[in-house]
Amino acid sequence: MTDTTAADAKLATPRRRRRRRSATARSLPLVTLSVGFVVLWVIAAAFPFLWTAWGSFKVEADFFSRQDWMNAITGVQTIRQTGDAFTGDGYQGAWVEQDFWRAVINTGIVTFFVVVISLTFGTLGGYALARSGYRYTFWILIAALIFRAMPHVTLVSGYLLPFFQLGIWGYLATTIIVLVAINQPFTLWMLHSFFLSIPKDLDESAMVDGCTRFQAFRLAVIPVMWPGVITTGLFSFLLAYNDFTVTSMLLTAENQTMVPAINSFLGSTQAEGKVMYAVAAVVSAIAPLFVLVMFFQRQIVSGLTAGAVKG
Amino acid sequence: MPHRTFSLFILPSLLAMILFVALPIGSVVYQSLFIEHEQVMVEVENCGPFGCTIERRVDAEAMRELREAQPAGRFNGIGTYLNAGHLAVDRIGEIWERTDDWGTFLDQVMNLPLYKALIFTLSYTFIVTPFVIILGFFIALGVNALPGLIKGPVIFFSLLPMIVTPLIGSLVLYWMIDSRGIIGSALQTLVGDPTLSLKASPTLTWVTLFVYGIWHSAPFAFVVFYAGLQGVPKDTMESAMVDGASRWERVRFVTIPYLMPLATFIALMQLMDNFRVFEPIVGFSAEANATSLSYLIYSDLRSADSPLFASAAATSVLTTLGVIILLMPVLVRTWRDFNRKA
Repeated sequence: MTDTTAADAKLATPRRRRRRRSATARSLPLVTLSVGFVVLWVIAAAFPFLWTAWGSFKVEADFFSRQDWMNAITGVQTIRQTGDAFTGDGYQGAWVEQDFWRAVINTGIVTFFVVVISLTFGTLGGYALARSGYRYTFWILIAALIFRAMPHVTLVSGYLLPFFQLGIWGYLATTIIVLVAINQPFTLWMLHSFFLSIPKDLDESAMVDGCTRFQAFRLAVIPVMWPGVITTGLFSFLLAYNDFTVTSMLLTAENQTMVPAINSFLGSTQAEGKVMYAVAAVVSAIAPLFVLVMFFQRQIVSGLTAGAVKG
Repeated sequence: MPHRTFSLFILPSLLAMILFVALPIGSVVYQSLFIEHEQVMVEVENCGPFGCTIERRVDAEAMRELREAQPAGRFNGIGTYLNAGHLAVDRIGEIWERTDDWGTFLDQVMNLPLYKALIFTLSYTFIVTPFVIILGFFIALGVNALPGLIKGPVIFFSLLPMIVTPLIGSLVLYWMIDSRGIIGSALQTLVGDPTLSLKASPTLTWVTLFVYGIWHSAPFAFVVFYAGLQGVPKDTMESAMVDGASRWERVRFVTIPYLMPLATFIALMQLMDNFRVFEPIVGFSAEANATSLSYLIYSDLRSADSPLFASAAATSVLTTLGVIILLMPVLVRTWRDFNRKA
């Protein structure tokens, strides 16, 4: 039964059709196995976060319970110590006592400017790379690929001494421009492949109509480039938000962003038995990411695959 | 596009990359050739009620002047690369003389800081990467078979381990594997050993870090494969079915060949990312049992009294060489592709 013309399919006897369907229908053990595997994976992926988020409203004796892990769910010690099954002590301690709000504001500033500047530089550069046919575009892209692979901490070890000498170490502005630069290779690659997918005729016809290259870019390309820019922007946001290496080495204690602040919590508060402050801070830092994935799931997925499908 | 317009468009981006990526690489190479100034000592006479003692002290004033004159330190050539903290040429020579068989020789070499970090970094890179690809592939197959309505939530939860900051993700797991945490105590009950701690033994620490790495990166492979699965040509699949291929044969001979280029892409991204493994070591406080090249640089820069710029720079240069060697096959291939197109 190798030939399957339309007529053949129409003439197919019920028996034959049934056999065909049995090939596509899944056998029960296989379905169970496959569903079970996915369920296991989802638990492995989500449970740690839900567990920590729940536990952040308990006291340490419950979150790290020696006697019984159910304590973390019911909150036996929490009720004993605070009179209620839920407590905001960890959050109170982290945000107010340890000035975590300052780190949150710093993160806000850093991520905002990194995203805006990265995208501005990246759209201009990515557009130029996509529209120029010369050989040097290849070399720029290859250099960007090598830069993309550089461990960030090797770059940081290059910055520290010059930054100390120039007296620009420790400021948010320095960190922002460094993160923009580290982010450029990725942004360029992504927007380059995105602009390749926008037809050349669009801006070329604008130029035939008398626009300069920049006007064509502004009037013809910018209005249609938003999907690609939003996706790239999300990844710039994640890079800036998640960075630990650069922010922990280039910022003074007052200027620290969330991730290095959490790391320094560990040193200072774990000793005093205030590990719940760090737990609360960690949950505070995860929450915005949760919301982000919820709203931009489609863009994140398409961004992750963009490089793969095109390259 | 004319050269002039092109350069105007690319200028901001290129300038940022040259100033803050290319120049630092140069700065690292330069710094690695210098070493911290020797301490300038002065002899001070301390006279007390019990007579005078002569004390040697660091002359802070002279040190400051020296640092101002030569901030990078004094020239040391490739000395830093060869010292005991890096390539340790002398030490390896000694060990070679002292030991008789390869086993003990390698064993002792692996205890030198740079080689210890190198072997962990390479193990991490080459163990985590294939596992990520395999796990991601199976999750993608599983999710693809689910009914449409629950696909969205499943993808949402699957993305979390990857989106969450590596340091924070590893902290979350670290608290759970604590002997008082839920996974830690569950393991103790399972194994029946109340003293079991994942943090104590080097082997278990390595395994923990590998598992973390796979957990963190599997979503990436999953998403890429999942997108790829949507594009598996239906005709080929149907003709394979008509030809009587079993389910496994269809996966093996239709799906996998079709997804192969994606696997290469994931492998490339993963090799780059895993080679710079660093945050999990901080998050899991694993530095006693596992250090990576990136971690060595970090701890040099974080060193107690003053950053060890030269040492960090030398490790950075060696790491950069590692990255280039790792990328070599890709670079050669891209170069060939480009030439064929041109």
